[in-house]
Amino acid sequence: MCRLALKTAIEPFSPYEVLQAMEAMQEGYDGSGLGLLLRGMEFEDFKYNPRFPILSGIANTDKAWRRLDDFMEDLGYELKYDHRFRVDKSYVEDRDRFRYFVRAYRMPDRFADATTEEREQELLATRLALRKNGEENGRDLSVFSFWPDVAMIKEVGWPLQIGNLLGLHDGQIKSRVCMAQGRQNTNYGINLYACHPFFVQGISTMTNGENTAFVPIRDWLLGRDFPGYMGYQSDSEVFTHILHYAIKQLKLPLQAYKHIITPLSTKELDNHPQGDFLKGLKSVCRRLIIDGPNAVIGTLPDETCMLVMDQKKLRPATVGGREGAWAIASEMCGVDAMIPDRDPSFDFQPMREHTIIIPPERKELTIWSQYDQFPLSQAA
Amino acid sequence: MVPVRSIPVEPGSLTYPDLPWVIQHREDRCTLCGHCTTVCPKESIYLAYRRQRVPKLEILSKKRGNDYRTFVGIRQKPNPKHACIGCGMCAMVCPNEAIAPVPNTIENRTLFFDNIKGEAPKRGGRRNATGPTLLDRIMFDRISMLTDPALDAGRHEFTVTTTLGRILSPEDYLKRSSEGGWIPPTREIFPFVIGSMSFGALSPNMWLGLLQGVAYCNEVLGIPVVMCTGEGGCPPWVLKSPYLKYIILQIASGYFGWDEIIRAIPDMQCHPAAIEIKYGQGAKPGDGGLLMWYKVSKLIARLRGVPEGVDLPSPPVHQTLYSIEESVMKMIQTLSMAFDHKVPVYPKISASTSAKAVLNNLVRNPYAGGLLIDGIDGGTGAAYNVSMDATGHPVASNVRECYLDLAAQGKQNEIPIYAAGGIGKNGNVAQNGMALVMLGASAVHIGKYIMQATAGCLGNEQNRCNVCNVGICPKGITSQNPKLYRRLDPDKVAERVAESFMSIQTEVKKIMAPLGRSQSLPIGMSDAIGINDKDAADRLNIKYVC
Repeated sequence: MCRLALKTAIEPFSPYEVLQAMEAMQEGYDGSGLGLLLRGMEFEDFKYNPRFPILSGIANTDKAWRRLDDFMEDLGYELKYDHRFRVDKSYVEDRDRFRYFVRAYRMPDRFADATTEEREQELLATRLALRKNGEENGRDLSVFSFWPDVAMIKEVGWPLQIGNLLGLHDGQIKSRVCMAQGRQNTNYGINLYACHPFFVQGISTMTNGENTAFVPIRDWLLGRDFPGYMGYQSDSEVFTHILHYAIKQLKLPLQAYKHIITPLSTKELDNHPQGDFLKGLKSVCRRLIIDGPNAVIGTLPDETCMLVMDQKKLRPATVGGREGAWAIASEMCGVDAMIPDRDPSFDFQPMREHTIIIPPERKELTIWSQYDQFPLSQAA
Repeated sequence: MVPVRSIPVEPGSLTYPDLPWVIQHREDRCTLCGHCTTVCPKESIYLAYRRQRVPKLEILSKKRGNDYRTFVGIRQKPNPKHACIGCGMCAMVCPNEAIAPVPNTIENRTLFFDNIKGEAPKRGGRRNATGPTLLDRIMFDRISMLTDPALDAGRHEFTVTTTLGRILSPEDYLKRSSEGGWIPPTREIFPFVIGSMSFGALSPNMWLGLLQGVAYCNEVLGIPVVMCTGEGGCPPWVLKSPYLKYIILQIASGYFGWDEIIRAIPDMQCHPAAIEIKYGQGAKPGDGGLLMWYKVSKLIARLRGVPEGVDLPSPPVHQTLYSIEESVMKMIQTLSMAFDHKVPVYPKISASTSAKAVLNNLVRNPYAGGLLIDGIDGGTGAAYNVSMDATGHPVASNVRECYLDLAAQGKQNEIPIYAAGGIGKNGNVAQNGMALVMLGASAVHIGKYIMQATAGCLGNEQNRCNVCNVGICPKGITSQNPKLYRRLDPDKVAERVAESFMSIQTEVKKIMAPLGRSQSLPIGMSDAIGINDKDAADRLNIKYVC
């Protein structure tokens, strides 16, 4: 079974802390891979401007590395910072990786007056173009994210081993949000793009469990003709895209996500303050209903973190923490490892109707229920 | 060989082994009660007096001779008009198991003489193709095994309803709901709909039984079953009753019954479930509805606004329509408007290679509430044999094609596709229906299965019975003759409707649970199905399994 850990704190921390939590949760999982997402970046040797988009990924060969450089230069991106991981090759099992990269760029001048939407589109298009470039060249280049204030790392192996490989314990790289998922997609062929967390335009989620409704959801998302809705090497990738669709395309509040993926029954909606609106929403988003078993953990560009369960609550997840630092993990010992100095009696395991929201202020968490009034003016 | 002048032999002369069904009668068991001859809907059998020679040996006089005895027996008329239809009512009423029809497996020569007086043969039923259908062969093979726990069909909560009516895109919905715009009406219904069988095709008792059963399913069992009227209107008391919400009113090219419906609109207590515009029927594509004169009783004549005892063949196409654009736009919009834009309106067409063209027109019509595709295996109350047997298109590939076409446009949630035609033909109603759902149908319509399961229709794929067209239904299901339809107890039909839908619902859950699905009907979940036929798998774009 997959292991998931997310930590969010006011004070930037090392991703190694989250990897240690993964280690604490190691019992019962196969440690076949690691996906890491860092948000709210801080580099020891560089004063990072959070407006600079960060490109993260792996170049397997020198050639791919040079191709990436040329590609970005041709587009007019100016390299501001190139993080060098202190790679300890003793942790690598004869794997062919030329360079793990996390590089901050300044956007081309032509975007100086561009709208946010145009900039976001450009970042997505660039990431997809690079991904395609790598796939066309024997998969020698993988790009996981290209977005301001976000870095991603994905690799096959035990989480701690990968942390040691990249020297993540050295404090060179820190973030205010870190999410990690500890399993490659072992049900299918190994592919780094199939590794959680998934990312599209600043929105990222990771999941445990299988998505039984994957094919109809994928087919519907593909029909949106949105360039970022692609890949689908993993059945969990659709959870990220649904969240993106709800927030970015439909411009609905985060609470709508739960109403879309696990809507209340018609009988329950009959007694809901906005039952009519939500019934309509359920009907128009019917193809996005998930069946689980899943716990979905995600982060948004404003550093909000969230956790929801499938309707049958067939996967575990716990949230706990204190003012300033919160953790979400698939196992309780994971929360313990990330925030030992909290009162565990306030830990919470959401039920089927709950959305756990940790707002960027990180003072306290919100337990929002689907039965509550839906925060949308147009629905009122 | 000598000529036998006393026996007239004409070109059409047949004898009983030439008939499709042969009556076997056991004289030793017969009590001569006469029930069988009375009940026979075709008057195929009669009580006959026969003479039998009995050898006589007089021992004392040492003479040999013959004696004769007279006996009575049940005999079969060899006239094709009275040919046994194998309904087996004789066996059903016989107190002594003395009589039964058996299929003639050697030869059926009535096939060459069923056009007496130049009348091409007509019948009710299906196209009589036996054996497992393609749908029967589809397997649900994507089972959540060790990777994830399967669901429990008996204990978990399931949502097995589907949507009837047009659904907006999420963007459009949000825009309209914030601006107070029109949101097309939808209904949450059970995905197995009682297909269109008209008041006229069905007897009043059958119709009443179905309606009672449907009301029970909705109001007591909580299974939101709806039924379609077929072409022929709806009794005024139903139109003005709260039960109208369970009824899909059909309008077809004969417009029968719509006078009454339009008149009743101001008095309606609720809206009907939907309006179905019939452009075609799977059993007889390109042919209109047909209610033969036998069944146009006084009641039916009044309801349909026609004289009694005349054939009612509907035109093959709506006479006011000249093009697909016009038919789609004008008629759908008009009917939507007639009900204040509060009732979904959708067309029904025969499965056909032209179905995609219709579908693409509907996509662009904001008032279209779906598309019902009726396949060649569908049943009918009356049609020419040639239409029924040889015209049409199977439903599975047609529905699949249409679904994939919609998916390519990203509109598979907006125009629901409903499938009909041969679902439950061999009894596997839930399996057949769910296979179609996973191929892309949002719901299925079942007609013949309902007659068989709820009223004991005797028709089968070996041309048993199939006399729905002439109103002599021995069970009283498709007859307008009170002597016949009084045999059918509406309460018992209603009970069977409830039983059938309870069991379909359980089977649907039993199919969904191992697939790990419970929150929504797995429409288009094509990864869950496979078939052991490579060509069919390729055509349907599903897995080949062996």
